[in-house]
Amino acid sequence: MNTVKKIMGLIWMLLAPVIIFFLVKSAVHNISSGGTRDINQPVPWTIIITIFTPIAIGLMIFGYYALKGEYDHLPESSDEIE
Amino acid sequence: MAAPEKGIGKIIFSSSLGTLIEWYDFYIFGMLAKTISVQFFPEGNSTAALLSTLAIFAAGFLVRPFGALVFGRLGDLVGRKYTFLLTLVLMGGSTFLIGMVPGYKTIGIAAPLLVLLLRLIQGLALGGEYGGAATYVAEHSPANRRGYFTAWIQTTATLGLFVALGIILLIKTSMSEAAFNAEWGGWRYPFWISILLVGVSIYIRLKMSESPLYTALKKEGKTSTNPLKESFGHRANFKMVLLALFGAVMGQGVIWYTGQFYAQSFLENAVKIEFMQNREILLWAIGLATPFFLFFGWLSDKVGRKWIMLTGMLLGVVFYRPIFSTFLKTTNSATWQKDGLRMANSEVNSKLLKEDTVQIAGQRSAVVQHSRTNWELSDGRKFSVTSADTIPVNQFKSFIKVDKKPVYSDKVLSTALKWKFIALVWVMIIFVTMAYGPIAAFLVELFPTKIRYTSMSLPYHIGNGVFGGLVPFIATLLATTFTSDPLVGLWYPIGVAALCFVIGALYLTNKVDKDVND
Repeated sequence: MNTVKKIMGLIWMLLAPVIIFFLVKSAVHNISSGGTRDINQPVPWTIIITIFTPIAIGLMIFGYYALKGEYDHLPESSDEIE
Repeated sequence: MAAPEKGIGKIIFSSSLGTLIEWYDFYIFGMLAKTISVQFFPEGNSTAALLSTLAIFAAGFLVRPFGALVFGRLGDLVGRKYTFLLTLVLMGGSTFLIGMVPGYKTIGIAAPLLVLLLRLIQGLALGGEYGGAATYVAEHSPANRRGYFTAWIQTTATLGLFVALGIILLIKTSMSEAAFNAEWGGWRYPFWISILLVGVSIYIRLKMSESPLYTALKKEGKTSTNPLKESFGHRANFKMVLLALFGAVMGQGVIWYTGQFYAQSFLENAVKIEFMQNREILLWAIGLATPFFLFFGWLSDKVGRKWIMLTGMLLGVVFYRPIFSTFLKTTNSATWQKDGLRMANSEVNSKLLKEDTVQIAGQRSAVVQHSRTNWELSDGRKFSVTSADTIPVNQFKSFIKVDKKPVYSDKVLSTALKWKFIALVWVMIIFVTMAYGPIAAFLVELFPTKIRYTSMSLPYHIGNGVFGGLVPFIATLLATTFTSDPLVGLWYPIGVAALCFVIGALYLTNKVDKDVND
């Protein structure tokens, strides 16, 4: 199981840039001055990309930790966390 | 260290009531968005439109996680009781004040600016409330009943929606449409009612004592001096924050929003169910499903939290498309129309809405009739067809076909069909109760007392505010991009829930932490 966790870690790391790329591509494709819906406005996209970028980086870090085996054993008491 | 069980009822009640009111406050803005936009964000004014977009997106996505950080830190520094008392005052005060802001017609651009500011305070307060209430109840609960007791907090988000829906419907049905939508009309009452609810809740919360675990830490001088740094700067804790977000809360967030919000909006906008019946369906489904939050919270004390939450996500992944597809198929108006034509009791009323003069190639001006036809079938089904394909007449008195698709709307389901829809929405809310019921206990057990408020609040509000809150936006994005599939919007919650299921199944533990005193 720990091997699977590590291999999947690599996938989470690769998934993060794909998400960012997809978001930026969608924003460029949908933002339009003539559009009236939310997806045509730059403000929602700016907010979403601003907040999703650190989340995607978080997914990369999560993947990195998984790859390094940090989740092979989860802490059973707070002493292990602090 | 936990409170004796006989006092826990009071603790749960006082914590849950405040949280419920905060959810109520947050929801009424969204539910009255149409009226609010007319009053504060008029069409044709680009600044007002920008402020409106900010009010919707920034309050939900940016400010909620930021509120989690601000108030989470405060809760770990000065204590749970005073922090979530403060969030309650901020939320109640800003909600009441939204109801007091004069409309755009009276004070111009100051109106949307003030509303935006108050909405941002609402988002900030909501971000700080949940973590405090969940932590407070959990820190009073015995280990073997923590899931059950904290599940009461989990019911508040759903009950807040229930109360908001109920109050708005009650006010709306007690007055005319014009009286409700007037500048100082009935739509403001739900905002004003908030101040009474908050007043009661503040009174009750003032009588509460500080969490025993936090008090003990404070006495020993072991409270955190920098909870943000300890939560997110220390690798050992930060990796648990990431695990909570990607292995549990992001999936729970999309399941919650799809079951309770996207379903409602889909029934209204895609299926075209009539406004009141749509709300009735949701109210029944929520009312009948709410006890299951407590059931799954209780069950999580017996069998562990992990697999209950993940099963809720998996069921959503598997059943969303069949359920939403049933909504569409069973309300196909063309089929209904055929049924109606065969029925003796079908009733057709048609009236002319307006006439337009249009230029048609090769012809002189022609008159186009826009008509609305109301159908009523013998089993109680009703719907309206608005069409513009009625025959225009040219100078030779002959007919020209204007090819416009009829628009079906205001569908009313028969009693049998209505209960079928209630059952389907109920099933989706059961998925919500599975994913959401045990999550407070799960999060509390993941983090140490001194940084618990901060550490659990951020992933919770990213999962629910960002991943969950984006369900309507991304569903619209997908529906606009891939127009051939009316259910394409569901791939977003299905994808996120599936990803979360895999991460949770691989990396989470099902073990219930008996000792949260550390």
